[in-house]
Amino acid sequence: MEKRIGVFVCHCGLNIAGTVDVEQVVEAVKDYPDVVYAGNYIYMCSDPGQELVRTTIREQNLNGVVMSNCSPLMHEKTFRRVATKAGLNPYLLEIANIREDVSWPHENEKELATKKAISIVKMAIEKLKRNVELTPMVVPLHKRALVVGGGIAGITAALEIASAGYEVIVVEKLPYVGGHAAQLAGTFPTLDRVPCLMAPMIAKMISHPKIKVYTNAEVDEVSGYVGNFIVKIKTSPSYIDEGKCNNCGLCLEKCPVTCPSEFDCGLAERKAIYITPPETMSQKVLIDPGNCLHLNGDECRACEEICPTKAIDFLQQGITVEKTVGAIIVATGYGLWDKKNIPEYESDPDVIDGLQFERILSPSGPTGGDIRRPSDGKVPKQIVFISCCGSRDPEHGFTYCSRVCCMYIAKQAVLYSRTVPGGQAYVFYMDIRSDSKGYEEFVKSAMEEERVLYLRGRVSKLFRDGDKIKVWGSDTLSGKSVEISADLVIMATAMTPREGAIALARKLNVTVDAIGFLTEAHPKLQPVETLTTGIYLAGTVQWPRDIPDSIASTGGAVSKVLSMFSRKELLHEPTIAWPDEEVCSGCGICASVCTYNAIEIDPIKRVAKVNEAVCESCGACIASCPSGAMRHKNWNARQFMDMIDIATGAYV
Amino acid sequence: MQEDEFEPNIVGLLCHWCTYTAADLAGTTRTQYPTNIRPIQTMCSGMVDPVYVLWALLGGADGVMIGACHPADCHYVSGNYKCRRKTAVLKSILNTLGLEDDRVWLCWISAAEGQKFANTVAKMVDELKKKGPNPINAYWST
Repeated sequence: MEKRIGVFVCHCGLNIAGTVDVEQVVEAVKDYPDVVYAGNYIYMCSDPGQELVRTTIREQNLNGVVMSNCSPLMHEKTFRRVATKAGLNPYLLEIANIREDVSWPHENEKELATKKAISIVKMAIEKLKRNVELTPMVVPLHKRALVVGGGIAGITAALEIASAGYEVIVVEKLPYVGGHAAQLAGTFPTLDRVPCLMAPMIAKMISHPKIKVYTNAEVDEVSGYVGNFIVKIKTSPSYIDEGKCNNCGLCLEKCPVTCPSEFDCGLAERKAIYITPPETMSQKVLIDPGNCLHLNGDECRACEEICPTKAIDFLQQGITVEKTVGAIIVATGYGLWDKKNIPEYESDPDVIDGLQFERILSPSGPTGGDIRRPSDGKVPKQIVFISCCGSRDPEHGFTYCSRVCCMYIAKQAVLYSRTVPGGQAYVFYMDIRSDSKGYEEFVKSAMEEERVLYLRGRVSKLFRDGDKIKVWGSDTLSGKSVEISADLVIMATAMTPREGAIALARKLNVTVDAIGFLTEAHPKLQPVETLTTGIYLAGTVQWPRDIPDSIASTGGAVSKVLSMFSRKELLHEPTIAWPDEEVCSGCGICASVCTYNAIEIDPIKRVAKVNEAVCESCGACIASCPSGAMRHKNWNARQFMDMIDIATGAYV
Repeated sequence: MQEDEFEPNIVGLLCHWCTYTAADLAGTTRTQYPTNIRPIQTMCSGMVDPVYVLWALLGGADGVMIGACHPADCHYVSGNYKCRRKTAVLKSILNTLGLEDDRVWLCWISAAEGQKFANTVAKMVDELKKKGPNPINAYWST
């Protein structure tokens, strides 16, 4: 088809015309091959300017437009809209940036600037000649969300999305929901009892008609793309027929195997067949296959023999279900750094981590709310908190701050002081970071009203001395060394990525940082998005956070999902890669360089196949294709070469 | 031709997400730099086919600037690393072909570094002036 290109040169008042001789630009391109119209106007983006473009497209029957004005970042969308209104495909419009790239940075070089402007306009004309008509792709949208992780962030996400009227699937790895938050004794700075916060949330989620919760389940495989993720969810067997089990608990009495309880952080024991903790609002019996004798080859069938309803089923198999979802929220939470990583602090039953102390403080914990130490059940009269165990400590652990420890130490110290009359809590700290609403005041009250003794310094050694644990530390404010004979020591260990987070990130095609936290698409502007469109982050899977920050980040992720779900369908930029099947040899290099897994090799045709909805248009495959089979719509190699020809000819 | 009359011409292959936007910023802040560069927008430095660089050099460009996001900052996760390797491989053969590898500059310039973009263009022009014209021009004209 005959090319009929129009060139519109904007003065931008004097912004362009003050430096670039716009008349000369028009003159230089008006007889350029395929150009049928060249004109200039004082403000192309103004209403009369847009009208000029619109009428000229119609009158001159243009099938290509070059707008010579400001940066495409500024007005490309504006002029593409103008083109569409005039009946021209918006992808047949190119911007020649002669303001940011020419008139502004070359204010004192009028002649050279004009020359540069002319070649930039000519480059745009050359690119335009090989542009093709494109339409944004319409991608179907499944308005159902997957939430991975059933902690406080995951539960919040599920409830918010479901209350907006969309279906939600929650996948939780453990046999019960609630996450770390359900294990806590109280919250700072308000000292709310956690069951009072969590129980209604969990109950609401479990009974919500729009929410389906899979516990004891994992995301096995994820394929597809935004609006159309296909997720395989693998549920592990509980070995209990839930329809028959009446939670009588006889099996628990009969089971000969005891093992440490995960929910009580090893401070209490459970049987190999056990009931999920009451804090998680789900009283379900299940068998732990790692510890059950029968499932490990032994003949024991104690639970099966005693069960009055014949609910035990050792042959039960896990099930895998496949679901299609439009968006995914990852809320798998955090892990705790192992306190054994600091060799100077002797391993001892009375040296525990912060989460273990939460259980001791918890009214429903292993000690029933009495504060007793693990070794002999005595009430500890002197307790020592050590902050920054592994956090801000590159020698043993990590450089980052775990952000919650200063505050939970203050909370635990206050709960302890109020429960144990005459008890003394000491806190060794580096700095106190109490930078949120009411936090500073809370720490102050712990120091002043609750008699918690804060010592600014590190602990160099911990060791057992008879009934006590000796704590050798320093107080850098008085410049003296300190020795405390403690009954109980609590190490505030670092929050780390959860075990398995990297494997999950790989399945989701989401990036992780050097430590293993999942990374956001942009640290400032896209803090809850990931680089895979349609997958969002909530809570501590991304970075250490306290409960309000986790809930806030969850709110951000939820709003992204809801704004996507409020659309009828999704549109995707059409300037993407496509393989020339006649040339492609199916070598697969393109698939290996694609960050988005958008390319696969068709096993029958033996050629590359681009998933158009997933392609993000980066062009890595095109530059890597050894045979030149991979092409880029409206960014093809010939267009670059033609532009380079103009560029290199500039001074010939 | 006198040395001070030589004005190198530079083809800029600039990533849309970083260096192209940095060039915009240089403009917006009225940071002045030499006019010798011809900017061409790319979606990512990872889409810069080494052929484009060769094409520019064979076409007589005195310099080619590839503007890429800083390591770890690529909008497409790893396009800049791909570009870095391609450029390294290309440079390893350029001299054998009679082209000069120091005419090809791979620069990490983020969208916030308008000043760095301007400085880099100025520095490149200086260096290329010292180097003189791309010898391929003399080759083609004989």
